[in-house]
Amino acid sequence: MKAAVVVFPGSNREGDMARALTQATGRQPSMLWHADHELPAGTDLVVLPGGFSYGDYLRCGAIAGRAAIMDAVRAHAARGGLVLGVCNGFQILCESGLLPGVLMRNANLRFVCRMQHLKVERNDTAFTRQYAKGQTIEVCIAHGEGNYEADDATIERLEGEGLVAFRYCDSAGTIGGESNPNGSRNDIAGIYSNGRNVLGLMPHPENLIDPLVGGTDGRALFESLASAA
Amino acid sequence: MKARVVVTLKSGVLDPQGKAIEGALKSLGVEGVASVRQGKVFDVEFAGADASAAKAQLQTACEKLLANTVIENYQIDV
Repeated sequence: MKAAVVVFPGSNREGDMARALTQATGRQPSMLWHADHELPAGTDLVVLPGGFSYGDYLRCGAIAGRAAIMDAVRAHAARGGLVLGVCNGFQILCESGLLPGVLMRNANLRFVCRMQHLKVERNDTAFTRQYAKGQTIEVCIAHGEGNYEADDATIERLEGEGLVAFRYCDSAGTIGGESNPNGSRNDIAGIYSNGRNVLGLMPHPENLIDPLVGGTDGRALFESLASAA
Repeated sequence: MKARVVVTLKSGVLDPQGKAIEGALKSLGVEGVASVRQGKVFDVEFAGADASAAKAQLQTACEKLLANTVIENYQIDV
């Protein structure tokens, strides 16, 4: 597994992401700059980390979504290559057109930073093989604009084609109500592209890989990716 | 030549910031407010004086970057 992490001006989770990838794959990912035009030869996975690319100016992820490197990321995704976007990375994937919909301001207008349970919707993808289908995991969230919105036809298509990756839930695995931190449609925390080779999600699995910080439920995502290529 | 682009959320799209402002206006005693929607204004200055060329460029700018057409509408005044 050869991974590359794209760093934008304002990214701040690239170190956590690199640590998680190194731990799972046994090799350090390449760190790419947003102004680069190419991915390193043989890249299997491109990761867009969390943070506040370009200061969240204009809209979250909007300017990063049009950065030079994104043409190479789009080409990689079109070839079936794996792409993971977490938090601001998810916003960038939506803004760049790699995933449908948009991340709006949290419905309660608050920045939420807390531990959060998620339900793993399916475990037959490159990202989730090491989880069980329907498993409840605990990771963390830290975002002000994680309220996933799309038009009704898009939501229907995502649901109908099994493209919802993770949903917010409570510790018992119950979806909806108070366990939805941001007002996201259908409690969506993450979605796949049509080919299920692109995943965007708001929560931070890369921060839950070490018992020292309160849990290791994020590890399986990176271990799944390590075994995928 | 000066141009102004106004980007607003499409009707029906939840606008929590507009809602918060609406609540604040009401609590300040500003009467008669039915609803508030928040948008963005871009003032763009063009070097030349060709209005139709500027408008075409701004259309491209809106489609490519200034507006997210999934949720936003835009209006161009040159």
